[in-house]
Amino acid sequence: MRQTSLDMVYELAKRDPRVVFIGSDLGPDTLKQLKAELPNQFLMEGVSEANIVTMAAGLAMEGKIPYINTIATFLTRRCFEQIVLDLGLHNTKVRLIASGGGVVYAPLGPTHLAIDDIAILRAVPNMTILAPADADEMRRLMLQTLEVNGPVYIRLGKGGDPIVSRADLPCEIGKGILMREGADALIVCTGICLQVALNAAEQLSKEGISVTVLHIHTLKPLDSATIVQHAARVPIIVTIEEHTLVGGLGSAVAEIIVETSFSSPKRFKRIGIPDVFPDQYGSQASLMQRYNITAEHLFEVVRKLLEPQPKDRHEQTDELCHSAA
Amino acid sequence: MTTAISPTTPDAVALDARSKELRKMIVRTIGAGKRGHVGAALSIVEILRVLYDDILKYDAANPRWPKRDRCILSKGHGCIALYVLLAEKGFFPKDELGKFCASDGILGGHPEHGKVPGVEASTGSLGHGLSFGVGFALAAKLDGYKHRVFVIVGDGECSEGSIWEAALCAAKHQLSNLTVLVDYNKQQTYGTIAEVQGLEPLVEKWESFGFAVREVNGHDIEELRSVLSNVPFESDKPSAIICHTVKGKGVSFTERNLRWHHKAKVTEDEVASLLDALS
Repeated sequence: MRQTSLDMVYELAKRDPRVVFIGSDLGPDTLKQLKAELPNQFLMEGVSEANIVTMAAGLAMEGKIPYINTIATFLTRRCFEQIVLDLGLHNTKVRLIASGGGVVYAPLGPTHLAIDDIAILRAVPNMTILAPADADEMRRLMLQTLEVNGPVYIRLGKGGDPIVSRADLPCEIGKGILMREGADALIVCTGICLQVALNAAEQLSKEGISVTVLHIHTLKPLDSATIVQHAARVPIIVTIEEHTLVGGLGSAVAEIIVETSFSSPKRFKRIGIPDVFPDQYGSQASLMQRYNITAEHLFEVVRKLLEPQPKDRHEQTDELCHSAA
Repeated sequence: MTTAISPTTPDAVALDARSKELRKMIVRTIGAGKRGHVGAALSIVEILRVLYDDILKYDAANPRWPKRDRCILSKGHGCIALYVLLAEKGFFPKDELGKFCASDGILGGHPEHGKVPGVEASTGSLGHGLSFGVGFALAAKLDGYKHRVFVIVGDGECSEGSIWEAALCAAKHQLSNLTVLVDYNKQQTYGTIAEVQGLEPLVEKWESFGFAVREVNGHDIEELRSVLSNVPFESDKPSAIICHTVKGKGVSFTERNLRWHHKAKVTEDEVASLLDALS
């Protein structure tokens, strides 16, 4: 996914002289073709995210479209005020390509785990947040980033993620993608969790449970209308994300659900990383397993939510919460 | 290579009529809003005056004229001095000064780009302006434009790490079209710079970060004019001008008085006293 995003920067830079790539001390061969062919559109700066983000804002105010790439945690936490003020407040056309969204860098420990990036960037007015499912969708979305006004955050997966997005479906920044439709439950997912959701949906269908899978590649602005439209048709809504449960996709969907007056009652559950710093290394897959961000758990959650309600609803909810924690 | 500090000290400079009048406009603006960063504004009056009178190319009727020189007040809390100069030059009607910090005004306690004509970047949180300046200057260099970029930073602001990130970057890109002016009044909110977190040797710091450096008496019009007329000092380096100033300059009881760094609830009597002292 990262390679595709950088390939796209190269393509966009050739197409539009306003595009400038800015790396923060990246690998030695990063975009070497761009550097060789269009040296005025390639900058490799030091380990200085605060300066880079504001400098990019300055470049954007002079008509450039900077695409910055570095590791997601450094590109969000480290320079958050620069993002808020110099990208958000100034509404500058700067693009942040964030390597290692979620728990991609599991072996590198909590300093490198971008599990809060969506939450903190959702709080920035004017920000667009993208989390593509795979390299193909990355390509489709990157093509559109040239035209978006204001800052854009692009969350990268590990790379080599299975291609589960579909070229035959419309892919437009700000619009959710209906991946499959069913009457029993709605699964809302983002980023690489689309593959998890589709796997769970497939297993559920074998049990005679039909679910809708709504892929939200744009977390901001959120496609509330589509979420409400599909939530209205089902009794159960489950969100799944490779992100903390504090302030991410699940929170955003919950905000929409509780503020909507549905004609029928809904049961709602979020799957994601609990409010902890992950305490294991391993791999992206092993950390996702540890926090139950898996097709098996999603399958189980939907199945349990579909069971007849016990009298004590609180007990049931607590049990589900603990099983996800 | 640095120029020796001028024989006149910032304290010794007697303000001329124009400098006094600009300060009176600052005081009236503070009176209108009943608040403001008094000391920070009074220490940069001559720096801004010389920039806008003699150095910067701009068109007040067309604040976004592409060929204009860019001037960023990175120490945004000193904005009342900037507002006065911009109003005087016609970027917006002087009446706006009377609505400082009012809900129907455009002039807030920190300057906002897009709201105030002539303000190149929204500042207020320290340590951002120089990076904006690097971006502006780098864009000009990449595109072959000749306009210049001036950034005024505070001395207390030089404690921000991002200032030095920006300095390294400016030197790396040999941004000779960028000049940073340090308002070295040697005071910050709590106390003196030396007491809170020393900056010395400041000239050598900027030199070691790749800047060509000069020192000036920041209240001496001729000295400022002379130094600013000679940027860039070296063709392949950004320039830094250490402006020795007095916080609260121009009024005996505000000079070096920590209680006048920022004032809320400024009374009519205080405004009258300030105006009287400037008469």
